[in-house]
Parts: sequence; structure tokens; C-alpha cells
Amino acid sequence: MERLTFDLATTPLRELNTFLHKDINDGKARHVTVLNPDGAHNIAVGLDAPVEVEIVGHAGYYAGGMNKAASITITGSAGTGVAENMMSGKVHVKGFASNGAGASSHGGLLVIDGDAGLRCGISLKGGDIVVGGSVGSFSAFMAQAGRMVICGDAGDALGDSLYEAVLYVKGSVKSLGADAQYEPMSEADIAAVASLLDQAGLDHDPKAFKRIASKRSLYHWNADANQEY
Amino acid sequence: METKPVQFKNLSREESYGFDRKTLDYIRNAAAHGLYEIRGMGAKRKLPNFDDLVFLGASMSRYPLEGYREKCLTKTVLGTRFAKKPIELDIPITIAGMSFGALSANVKEALGLAATEMGTSTTTGDGGMTPEERRSSRTLIYQCLPSRYGFNPDDVRKADAIEVVIGQGAKPGGGGMLLGQKVNPRVAKMRTLPEGVDQRSACRHPDWTGPDDLAIKIQELREITDWEKPIYVKVGATRTFNDVKLAVHAGADVVVVDGMQGGTAATQTCFIEHIGIPTLAAVRQAVNALEDLDMKGKVQLIVSGGIRTGADVAKALAMGADAVAIGQGVLVALGCNGETYFQNGAHHDAIADYNALGTAPGFCHHCHTGKCPVGVTTQDAILEQRLTPAVGAKHLKNYLKTLNMELTTIARACGKQNVHHLEPEDLVALTIEAAAMAGVPLAGTNWIPGRGF
Repeated sequence: MERLTFDLATTPLRELNTFLHKDINDGKARHVTVLNPDGAHNIAVGLDAPVEVEIVGHAGYYAGGMNKAASITITGSAGTGVAENMMSGKVHVKGFASNGAGASSHGGLLVIDGDAGLRCGISLKGGDIVVGGSVGSFSAFMAQAGRMVICGDAGDALGDSLYEAVLYVKGSVKSLGADAQYEPMSEADIAAVASLLDQAGLDHDPKAFKRIASKRSLYHWNADANQEY
Repeated sequence: METKPVQFKNLSREESYGFDRKTLDYIRNAAAHGLYEIRGMGAKRKLPNFDDLVFLGASMSRYPLEGYREKCLTKTVLGTRFAKKPIELDIPITIAGMSFGALSANVKEALGLAATEMGTSTTTGDGGMTPEERRSSRTLIYQCLPSRYGFNPDDVRKADAIEVVIGQGAKPGGGGMLLGQKVNPRVAKMRTLPEGVDQRSACRHPDWTGPDDLAIKIQELREITDWEKPIYVKVGATRTFNDVKLAVHAGADVVVVDGMQGGTAATQTCFIEHIGIPTLAAVRQAVNALEDLDMKGKVQLIVSGGIRTGADVAKALAMGADAVAIGQGVLVALGCNGETYFQNGAHHDAIADYNALGTAPGFCHHCHTGKCPVGVTTQDAILEQRLTPAVGAKHLKNYLKTLNMELTTIARACGKQNVHHLEPEDLVALTIEAAAMAGVPLAGTNWIPGRGF
């Protein structure tokens, strides 16, 4: 595997991203190390190849945004919208993640070792998210499909207006959002949590998690429901 | 002295202004259902609009161009600020963003075919890009909406420009809606939703919250597309002066301003009629904002919301727009609200189907039901066959051609060799309201209300 290094202290971001979009698609396996990210926004966005990218330090907004196929690791923390709209592949944040982590992800796996901010997994569309720590309020808002595993606690209004996404929480939940409800853990749920924890490299008892899914009572306009939300 | 109540025969039938029959009907309907009315199309109430302006054609003080002989350019370039590949159009009339889901796949294809023949662009909508529309449309603008339904990097790369939608004229501050009867298996799959749900789109983007965030989001889209594609920002018309300035600050190449006459496939009536400002007022504010920032000509302005005729297009351009976008007019050209539909080589009466919806041709706003009698705003397997791409495209091409001819006719009459040379000085207003909103003098005076005498 060819190893390449981009130092953002001396190389413009655009050069890195253009390389990752164009020159990487020659079929060669590559490992790209990004040094001195210093919180720059939009690092390694729009990747479309099975390349490994390691960002050594902290990333700004939208790191790994719209990722397809690539495996991206951020050794520090990530800003707003890390791995937003990911299609496939993996994004691993070893530190903390800010707001909207994994927003509207269609596929792939987002792992956050630390805590995630507000609206983690908002509008999730099929991706998987595993958070080693806790998540902020309004996480999984309007999440449509996919799974979220939260090893710590969740803030207010978890899973508000959920569609078909499923949430698993180990710690305490400050409050559930409208139309979200606890459901019993089936064997399939325990197996799913175990598999996701394993992929994330986190060691927790899958049986200690609670399942949260949609009541589906907001799926249809209902004149008699007096719009309870 | 004895007083008696006056009993006039006529006054005993006097309709209340405040509680007229329309209002009574509204209250009864609310009482019966406990749910607001949801409908399609745009504001129906009387609003100041482009009809309240007229052109000052050339005469002694200006020299007109020969209507049918002299050249009048309509070429329009959008996205010159940052994008390596700006959008080049033959006419300044584009097709507004309308979703697959709201419209059938046949209609989306018809839009693409006609737009391509006329050298203009079409725009996707809430629900993503269909292969039919990418194939048929040479220049396709891909919307990035709050819901992000079907939004994916492959289609970002296939698009010719990206339009970040903040709001829509019919419902600034609200998200989209698609009622369950239109969420068929294909629509559900594209939007990652269960079939048949009454879908409510988010009204806020999931990964940014304000103009400073938007600047970074736009930069992300530029990085993903290697700075090739123009980024549009679309706002529903409200605080247009400030919103346009913020969109420019956030890095937009093109700003799209959609006035309150703009249509929708499904929204609460209270939204359609009571939120937002008329297109006429919005154009003036948008142009003022660009001029204030010295960005006129650097950031292009597209105006939409109730544009119907070539005269409307000409007036929008004269006020300072670079192009217009049309939604409802386009649907009407395809047959919306028509008495018949054309299928298998013959016209068929659709009136019974309108009646079944409780309406009639000319009044229909039942896009939200998915039961469009002429096959335009439907996902129904039988109804959608009432509009075939080829027939729709032919009508739409004729409509766009007519608008463009009217536009150039007006421009020549004003002595312009290029439709983009039309200017506010070519216009006067017929009403005080329109004069104040458009910032042009009341006809026959030098008076622009709000600017002194």
C-alpha cells in the first residue's frame, strides 16, 4: 500500500481534496495521512474510492462529508456535520464530535469514541452511528432509517419524529421526543448492537442497551388526534 | 318617539365583509375536521404584481429596434462568481425546482426535453434526481434541501449546478409536504420513507444553522465538486434585502428569490396566503441588496413566483433580475387545469375527474391529492399516463418560445439589443402600491412613494 502525506500547514486544502477525488481513482490502494489539520473545514469531503485517510489532529466542519467507500480516521475531535450524508465506508472520530454528526447519512459507519453534540444522527437515512460517550439533545431527529448505538447518555427529545431508524441507548435518556417509544430488545436487537459495538471496537454488554423506535402515530394526518406534537 | 329597526329587503341579504361566505365555509370546514386545509399552487388572493407595471416604449427620445429583423440577444450566463463552469443558457427563462413525487416521472422528463430544446435549465426538487430527468435535461440544477431526501454525492457530481434551498415563496419558514397517496413505492424508496406516509419535510437544514455555517456548507459543496459547479441559494421572499445580502456573504454564485405567488404541491393554505411578500416587492429588495454590496452582475439573480408571460419576464429583467424561473406556468402549459388530456392521439374529457375532486378546470389546486385529472401532479399509475413526455415537451417548448418572443419584442420596442439591457427606467407603475414596491414612478409622474417628490 502506497503511503502519502499531505501537510495542511503548507498544502492548500483544495489540493488535498482534488487529489482524493481525481488522482486516487487509479485502483491502487493508498493510505493518506493529513497533518496539521488545525480545525480546517471540509477535509476529505466527497471521497469516492476505498482509500484510507488519517487526519492527525482536530478537524473542522463536515470532515468526511458525503463519504463513499473511504475509511477516514480523525485522531482528534471533529466539528459540526462530521460524515454528513455518508453513503458507505467508515468515519472514526477518536475524540469528540460537535453538532449534527452523521446528519442524513445514507450508509456506512460513523464511530465517535467520545461524546457527540446536539442533533447527532439527525435525518439519518440508513447509516449506522456508534457513540462511545453521550449525545446531545434532539439526536436522531426525524431519523428515517439506520441505527444509532449510544453507550453513554442522551439529552432531551431523543428520536423526535422518528421514522424507521432504531436507537439503542445504554445510559439515561433525559427525555424522548414526540412519537418515540421504548420497545423490548429482541435477540436480533442484541445481535445488532453486539455487531455494531464490535465494528466500533467498543466493549459494552449489548444486553444493557434499551431500544427506542417510532410509535408511528405521526405517519398520517389525523383530524381527531388534535395534532399532538 | 318610537324607533323601529329598519328592515330593508336588500340589507337582509347583505353579506358581511369580514364574515363573507368564503370565511363561513372556512370556519365550518375547520370545525368539521380539526385540521387546517392543505392544498397546492400559489397565493390566490389579489396581490400587486407585474401587471401593475408598464413599459415606456421608445418614441422620440429613444430609438426602437425593428421588431422582426434586428438582433436581440437572450443569452444568459449564471454562476460567474466562483465556479469554473458557469451555466450558459440560450434564454433567461428557466424551469423552477419541482420534485419527482410532486410531479410524475413523465412530467419531469417532459420538462427536461423542452428545456434542452430551448437551451435552458431544469431543476430537481425535494426527493432527489431521477435518471429520466438527468437524461432528458442538458442543464440540470440539483437542489440541496433541508430534508436531503435522495441527496447523494453521485448526483452532486452529475449535476450542472447545486441549489441550496433555504425556503420557497409559497411557504417561507416551512418544509415541504407530500401526502401519503403520492408516496408510492418508487417515491418512498428515493426518499427512504415508509410507503404511504404523509411526509413532512424538515424546514431547517440538518447540518448548518445560520449564514456563517452556510458559508462553510457552500465551501464543502465546492470542494466536493472541485470548484467547478455554480452554487445557487434559493430563498422564499420575506426579509429579502437582508436575506440576499447574507446569501451573497455566504458565497452564493446565484441567488434565487421566490415570491409569495410561487406555487407548491402541498402546503397549508394559511402559509400560502399569509406568509411572504409579493414577487414585485422582493425583486426590488433583492436588486437593492446586490447593488448595495456592489455585486450586481457578479452574483446573478433569478426571480420566481407567479411569472406567467413574456411581459412578466421582461419586467423582472428590467427591474434587475438576470433570469426567471417558472413553475406553475409550466404546469399549465403541460395541461394543468385544462378541460381535456391528450392520450393515444385524441383529447379526452377530464371534467368528471375534476368534479370527483370537488373542483372544476380553472379552479383546481388539488396537486396534494395526487389525483391530477390531467396527469401532471400525480404518482398514480393510470393518471400519469395522461401526460406523455413527448406531448408535454411540445407544449412546453411552445410556451417557452412564446415567452421568449414576447420578451424580445418588448426589449426591441424599448430599443434594446440585449434583453439584459432592459432597465428600471423603462418601467412605470399603474398603482401607488406597485410604484412603492417596485421602486419605479407612478405613470405620468416622477413620484416613487417613499422617496419624496
